[in-house]
Amino acid sequence: MPKNNSKRTRTIKVDYLARVEGEGALYLHYDGEKVSNVQLKIFEPPRFFEALLRGRHCSEAADITARICGICPVAYQMSAVHAVEAALAIDIDPTVRTLRRVLYCGEWIESHLLHIYMLHAPDFLGFHDVVAMAKQFPDIVARGLRLKKIGNDIVNTIGGREIHPINVRVGGFYKIPDKIKLKALLETLSAALDAAIESVCWSATLEFPDYERPYEMLALGHGDEYAMNEGRLRSNFGLDIAADQFEDTIEEEHIEYSSALHARIKGRGAYIVGPIARFNMNYTMLPKSVQMLAENLGMQPTESNPFKSIIIRGLEVVFAFEEAIRLLKQVLASDQLPRMPNLDDFLPSTPVLGCAMTEAPRGTLYHRYEIDTQGLITSANIVPPTAQNQKSIEQDLADLVPQLDQADDQLLQHRCEQAIRNYDPCISCSAHFLKIHKRSL
Amino acid sequence: MDWQSRIVTAIPTAMDTKPKLAVWKFASCDGCQLSLLDCEDELLAVAQQLDIAHFSEASSQVSEGPFDLSLVEGSVSTPDDLERIQKVRQQSRFLVSIGACASAGGIQALRNYADISDYISVVYASPSYISTLKTSTPISQHVKVDFELRGCPIDKHQLLHVIQTYLQGRRPQISSDSVCVDCKRNQIPCLMVSQQQACLGPITHAGCDALCPRFNRACFGCFGPKNNCNTRSLTAWLQSEQALSKPELTRLLHTFNSDSFVEPEYAEE
Repeated sequence: MPKNNSKRTRTIKVDYLARVEGEGALYLHYDGEKVSNVQLKIFEPPRFFEALLRGRHCSEAADITARICGICPVAYQMSAVHAVEAALAIDIDPTVRTLRRVLYCGEWIESHLLHIYMLHAPDFLGFHDVVAMAKQFPDIVARGLRLKKIGNDIVNTIGGREIHPINVRVGGFYKIPDKIKLKALLETLSAALDAAIESVCWSATLEFPDYERPYEMLALGHGDEYAMNEGRLRSNFGLDIAADQFEDTIEEEHIEYSSALHARIKGRGAYIVGPIARFNMNYTMLPKSVQMLAENLGMQPTESNPFKSIIIRGLEVVFAFEEAIRLLKQVLASDQLPRMPNLDDFLPSTPVLGCAMTEAPRGTLYHRYEIDTQGLITSANIVPPTAQNQKSIEQDLADLVPQLDQADDQLLQHRCEQAIRNYDPCISCSAHFLKIHKRSL
Repeated sequence: MDWQSRIVTAIPTAMDTKPKLAVWKFASCDGCQLSLLDCEDELLAVAQQLDIAHFSEASSQVSEGPFDLSLVEGSVSTPDDLERIQKVRQQSRFLVSIGACASAGGIQALRNYADISDYISVVYASPSYISTLKTSTPISQHVKVDFELRGCPIDKHQLLHVIQTYLQGRRPQISSDSVCVDCKRNQIPCLMVSQQQACLGPITHAGCDALCPRFNRACFGCFGPKNNCNTRSLTAWLQSEQALSKPELTRLLHTFNSDSFVEPEYAEE
């Protein structure tokens, strides 16, 4: 690459990232050879959840932490109830476990389709948003919206409402959904499975930049299933830990420009969580039908092109449809009402600690609570997936920009925004105004 | 200016120009603005009636103001927010705050009863990096709000109703009843009477169609207090009849709308 005369420095500044959840900005400085500074700034106002949870009853953790994220409240509720149940040694009924998994399938479907159609696909097709995309591709968008709605139907039926569901509690649910409603849900899911398959096949026809990086990928692993609610945290570099080892293994760093803490593996550095990590780590646990579909689309482990995460989300949607159908049939075939223990019977005689990890749509979500003898929380720690991916997003950008040295400003900006959105960093502001300032040296 | 006269000025005179909709975010979980994207069956129809001119969560296109209808999510909690909400108001002909954060400060308003430096040090290793206000406050405390839509989260059908009535130049017809009334209307057995659950239904604004009682769960106040509710009577009753302690009552009222429930006078224990 010619240097000196043609050497340009470029500063990319995105003051407000669009089509992501939360408020963020990007600052990137490129000196013509390498990126000397990259900052994904999260200026989302701090809301101090770990502080305000102190003194609250552990039964409230699920409802309070759901308010961290309106897009994946089920994930927060799942990690919260599992952590509290671990602390109080509450065993949950197998049917409760199954219904929680169906509920989680609903959130994966709803959240993934929101990202595929409303946030990510417009990048690939050159639209500002899904409304503009719908004018040219009405049938494709209609299919996406229809599938997304089915995800919400699941969360509604089991959780009560799609945003901040109300039916999840420590020990089980407030009410087991009526079989009539579960049967209707099963019929809706079965009727739409083909559309979910068409959807992922469509996403595989998009054009993908040639890009790969050797990530350390972390995902929960479980011996019997594609992990969602439980498992050990494993990586392709040999990490294999239980929830109670999370804080010994992962450290969080407070960076000046961000109100989100940056996570990294102690002594090793950045890693990724989320659909790509899950797909690569747990491929063999996917049903054969989904594995065959993946193969037909040219997707097999190890897939490490983050731009192809849109296909992997689509595959996870098909998986979630099939899994929800399988599990709902199981629940409908059983006549036994699940046993749902009452939290008050499990209050500890000495302070206890419990932690849990579950797979949010965007990746592993860790919760830890210390609970006193009255059931009050004395300390809490929450590590969300986006905090864990932040370092890798920055490294992707640092790695990507020099490869796009010849690209014009518009393409460079577009690729940077797209690279951020690959991670579905919680939706409200992922790559909005990118201003590129360029000057020749 | 009342709702009706603002509507008249808000509707653009040129018939070929669609009113411009803007969606703004302050401290929040994004759930209320997500309600609009969750209108899978109606979203494209809404986009035919309104020009979605500013909606960062959904679009990378940003039009200049002024905007005819602004939906504001989230509470004011940083020094920057103080200025930004003024700018949003200046650019908005009609401003609707959506959700518990925007209308009551949200769960993050629990800081209003605590020491903010203690809060910061619990979460962040380097407190000097954090720019925040000591309080989290509703939008209406800073600028004139034309309509408040309650709920944590809001109900998407109510949101569509507000947008629809705005387009028609009508005032929204949102029930001002309590959750308790909705519960009776739906013939749901009273959880306070039949199961001794501590329920906020008698003092909570309707909007969820008695969702929690339908799920055998006492109301925990997502929609905030209804107008002129008798919080003190309910808390006195819960203290005497259900033996709730003062901390239990405080927790019950201090969730997503903590600042808007009237602080009760607790009986001595």
